[in-house]
Amino acid sequence: MTMSVTVNGDPQELPDGATVASVIASLHNAPDGRGVAVAVEGEVVPRAQWPSTKLREGANIEVVVAVQGG
Amino acid sequence: MNERTSLTIAGRELQSRLILGTGGFTNHEILASALEASGAQMCTVALRRLDPAARGSILDVLDGAGVQVLPNTAGCYTARDAIITAQLAREAFETDWIKLEVIGDDRTLLPDAVELVSAAEALVDDGFVVLPYTTDDPILARRLEDVGCAAVMPLGSPIGSGMGIRNPYNISIIIERAGVPVVLDAGVGTASDAAFAIELGCDAVLCASAISRAHDPVAMARAIRLAVESGWLARGAGRIPRRRYAEASTPDEGLPVFDQGTAGVSHTASQ
Repeated sequence: MTMSVTVNGDPQELPDGATVASVIASLHNAPDGRGVAVAVEGEVVPRAQWPSTKLREGANIEVVVAVQGG
Repeated sequence: MNERTSLTIAGRELQSRLILGTGGFTNHEILASALEASGAQMCTVALRRLDPAARGSILDVLDGAGVQVLPNTAGCYTARDAIITAQLAREAFETDWIKLEVIGDDRTLLPDAVELVSAAEALVDDGFVVLPYTTDDPILARRLEDVGCAAVMPLGSPIGSGMGIRNPYNISIIIERAGVPVVLDAGVGTASDAAFAIELGCDAVLCASAISRAHDPVAMARAIRLAVESGWLARGAGRIPRRRYAEASTPDEGLPVFDQGTAGVSHTASQ
């Protein structure tokens, strides 16, 4: 079974039970350590909770990194 | 540098009074060179969606230079968005410091005072070191300090406008009344604007576009660095008062008289 989620505005099909950690691992260019942060449904998910945070059908995930600015 | 020249914000000492905004540089190589030329020890960064096609990370440039990262909330229009962005930045960069921007519209990029104070208060309560980008309104600056901001960062003129300090009187009032460092945060167009800011009494200057969009960003970075140092030296040296009339620097005493016929004629203006 799969579920539909949105990652940075793009619809994606993920296997049931997918976590924040598995989404990050699937993204090309995601920094390994410092420099990336994730919000699910407008709430920040701390890095330590990525492996245990399961995603739900329809979840909106935002993955952000540092860019030039300000 | 002696200790008088250092800047302390929230207990952290910085040897440079120039903070570099990283927006607008053509590539990371020019940014790295300009950063070195600027002597800045703190640089802003923004947060945006991960770009799978991006090459290299700005964090590598900043970490390589050993500078402190100051994340911002650029692009946020509401307190809620700014707060979430600050929390994401804390998670991404392992820093409690945040340059708080909450803007009112995309044409002026002027701060939304109501949302700004609301976000500042919430972030201070959440343990952040908040450096708010604000207007040159002394009352708003005071409100931001009252809610616990670690500095206030008034604009000289709108972001990227290069119009310098449009209301030096308001900036002076903010400085006179502030109990926290005042950082001139927007509007610098060239070196003299930065020197003026420091001469007015600002504790530091934050520059992005003036450097990144200059024809030669590395040369401008050095120019603005020297301007900030010059402004600081001039401020310490104490400028002369402004007068409406001249004050001769050469003494009149001992002036030879060549025409006895006009001796004693006064050259003093009647008014």
